[in-house]
Amino acid sequence: MKFASRLVNFDPSPLDRFRPMSTPIYQTATFEQEFADSFGEYDYSRSGNPTRKVLEDQIAALENGTRGFCFSSGMAAIATVTRLLQAGDEILADWDLYGGANRLFSKVLGRSGITVRYVDASDPGNIVDQITPATRLIYVESPTNPLLRIIDLKAIAAVAHKLGVLFCVDNSTMSPYLQNPLDLGADIVLHSATKFLCGHSDVTGGALVVNDLKLAEEIYFLQNAEGSALGPFDCFLLLRGLKTLKLRMDAQQRNAETVAQFLSAHPKVQSVYYPGLADHRGFAIQQTQARGGGAVLSFTVGSHEAAKRIAEGSKLFRISVSFGSINSTISIPLRMSHASVPVELRASRSVPEDLLRLSIGIEDLEDQIGDLGHQLDAI
Amino acid sequence: MHETSILQPSTLAIHGNRAWETESNSILFPIHQTATYIHETVGVTKGYGYSRGSNPTVNALEQAIAALEGTREALCFRSGMAAISTLSMALLRAGDHVILSDVIYGGTSRLFQQILGNFGIEYTFADTSNLDEVKQSVRQKTRLIFVETPANPTMKLTDITALARLAHGKEGVLLAVDNTFLTPLLQEGLALGADISMLSTTKYIDGHNATIGGSLATHDAGLIERLKLVRKTMGTIQAPFEAWLTLQGLKTAPARLQLHCAHARQIAEWLESHPRVARVYYPGLASFPQKELAERQQKDSGGMLAFELNAGTEESLRFIDALRICTCAESLGSVETLITNPATASHCDLPVELRERLGISDKLIRLSVGLEAPVDLIADFEQAFDSIFGGAL
Repeated sequence: MKFASRLVNFDPSPLDRFRPMSTPIYQTATFEQEFADSFGEYDYSRSGNPTRKVLEDQIAALENGTRGFCFSSGMAAIATVTRLLQAGDEILADWDLYGGANRLFSKVLGRSGITVRYVDASDPGNIVDQITPATRLIYVESPTNPLLRIIDLKAIAAVAHKLGVLFCVDNSTMSPYLQNPLDLGADIVLHSATKFLCGHSDVTGGALVVNDLKLAEEIYFLQNAEGSALGPFDCFLLLRGLKTLKLRMDAQQRNAETVAQFLSAHPKVQSVYYPGLADHRGFAIQQTQARGGGAVLSFTVGSHEAAKRIAEGSKLFRISVSFGSINSTISIPLRMSHASVPVELRASRSVPEDLLRLSIGIEDLEDQIGDLGHQLDAI
Repeated sequence: MHETSILQPSTLAIHGNRAWETESNSILFPIHQTATYIHETVGVTKGYGYSRGSNPTVNALEQAIAALEGTREALCFRSGMAAISTLSMALLRAGDHVILSDVIYGGTSRLFQQILGNFGIEYTFADTSNLDEVKQSVRQKTRLIFVETPANPTMKLTDITALARLAHGKEGVLLAVDNTFLTPLLQEGLALGADISMLSTTKYIDGHNATIGGSLATHDAGLIERLKLVRKTMGTIQAPFEAWLTLQGLKTAPARLQLHCAHARQIAEWLESHPRVARVYYPGLASFPQKELAERQQKDSGGMLAFELNAGTEESLRFIDALRICTCAESLGSVETLITNPATASHCDLPVELRERLGISDKLIRLSVGLEAPVDLIADFEQAFDSIFGGAL
């Protein structure tokens, strides 16, 4: 079945006797046991919930995985991945990561005896060079946030597997519609479900999908033991949003391609970072591993002041963190989503202070370009 | 805003959430089902940037819980376990040591034994009802004493004030109390001297089995800031809709708890006088070994009790199965009466020898007394006794 069909063609209510087309919200903390010393399929919603199960199965199916897990946030999903490690282990991560992941790795995990080293994973050779016997996890985003660099996922998966290291890919900027990291060899695919999966800015959530059943059991154990699973109502909203993923992404990506071309041709724009442009450094790899450049792009305008004026002058692009929603948003990553990058890392992380990140929504393309053009002309 | 400190708990439960500050005059606080917020100018928000950090509806619940806890700030989490996990990540680093009550919710012991242990956190289970045993367990690197009182499921009590004095006599040791069984309405954890009061809000705070959630409250503003950072980083905050449901449940918590206590006392006394019942654990009974401490530390005895039948494990389990009104399900603190067998449910991860030593026998039955008419619950027990043992004694 094609992706658009798979998005809507799944069993929405496997356990419900009324067979509703929309998944029921099982807003319950606990479930009655049939017998005093044994449990049915569900016993406590922290451990399992029928609404969540439908969502987890659907996300797993869309990522071509066997088991899916939904969490109260993307960061809760990342934190759970790091719980697969133990004191003394090391994470090898690409340096261009969402600021919250940097903060977790540097400010929280360090206390637990986990070390992290950042490399430029856009050259897989760097991973080979930097891996040590203590490395237990390779962690990347592709395209990266906010510089939209492309990581060769197949090449890194090959290195990881040769050395028996877990390979986790944050697929939030692409969604399962545009890229399936498990098919490229990743062990774990991760999503901030807040972004394209939800698409409407109304849910904070995260997801993990794996193929390996032993790994799935470990993740399930952690999700239950640490109580980080997504609530039933949020699962319902996500299931609803997910059905239009292809419609939304098609529209958003189409708009993003034209916006990227427009910005590239604009005299006041210095650089445009969008992997859907033929002159993007990672364009060739992106064409082999994904189905387009997505709907997130960034560009520089020469100075922080100019970037600030564009963001604040914009009528259509709302200043906001997050991305992937039907609404277009604009942000200055260095001051917003990446403000949490530890200072010691900022020097080595070249996120320019005049970088603007756009998440392109489903508004009319003419309005999007009109607004950006108007703001650029004004500086 | 009213000066909350002069209001009574039953008023705070209803008005402790600033609902009157909303511009629409809506009597209920709105559900801010949003992931993100529009900035005024770059980096300038109206106090909320991203719902993983904070959310107005979640904050309304936090204000209400803080008011009940008698402090300025409380934080809400996706589950009680997420609250404990976040607290551990905020306070502890590899090499640090924690003392835990030996009788404690199985999920809490699992967190330390099967997860935090991997990250270099050391722990000791101690009988926290015995101050000398706690004193002997304290090490150079002890950072946290985490107790449950009354303890799940045997109702063993820990003297919070005495333990706080002990903890505060050592540099850098904090006392956290899991106050889920009583809530601050019946036991003021912070006023008694604990540094941190933790609740599974799934239980009496929500009270309707509608949500999973947890909370932490403390007077320590620095700890609140640290917890906010770790919560934002680990993404363990409560969701807006769940917070809103919890806020609604909380309003009736004072009234519900009064009834839970009255019903539990009546059921406990009835069970204790019943020839089929071997023993009953309930702090409100004259026979309760720590009755003096219960009266000093608690405003009432709560809605939880445990008991053993004059019968073997198999018959005890069949007794649970035979009940019609009492529902066999995990969790507690809801309007429905819930009954469980801790050895196979909440405490199934504990080794058998340890369970037996702690009094959590295979046949122990835990009862969360709900708001059904006690006479109906008693009739339900009678019919279950009859069906398992026949009428004759």
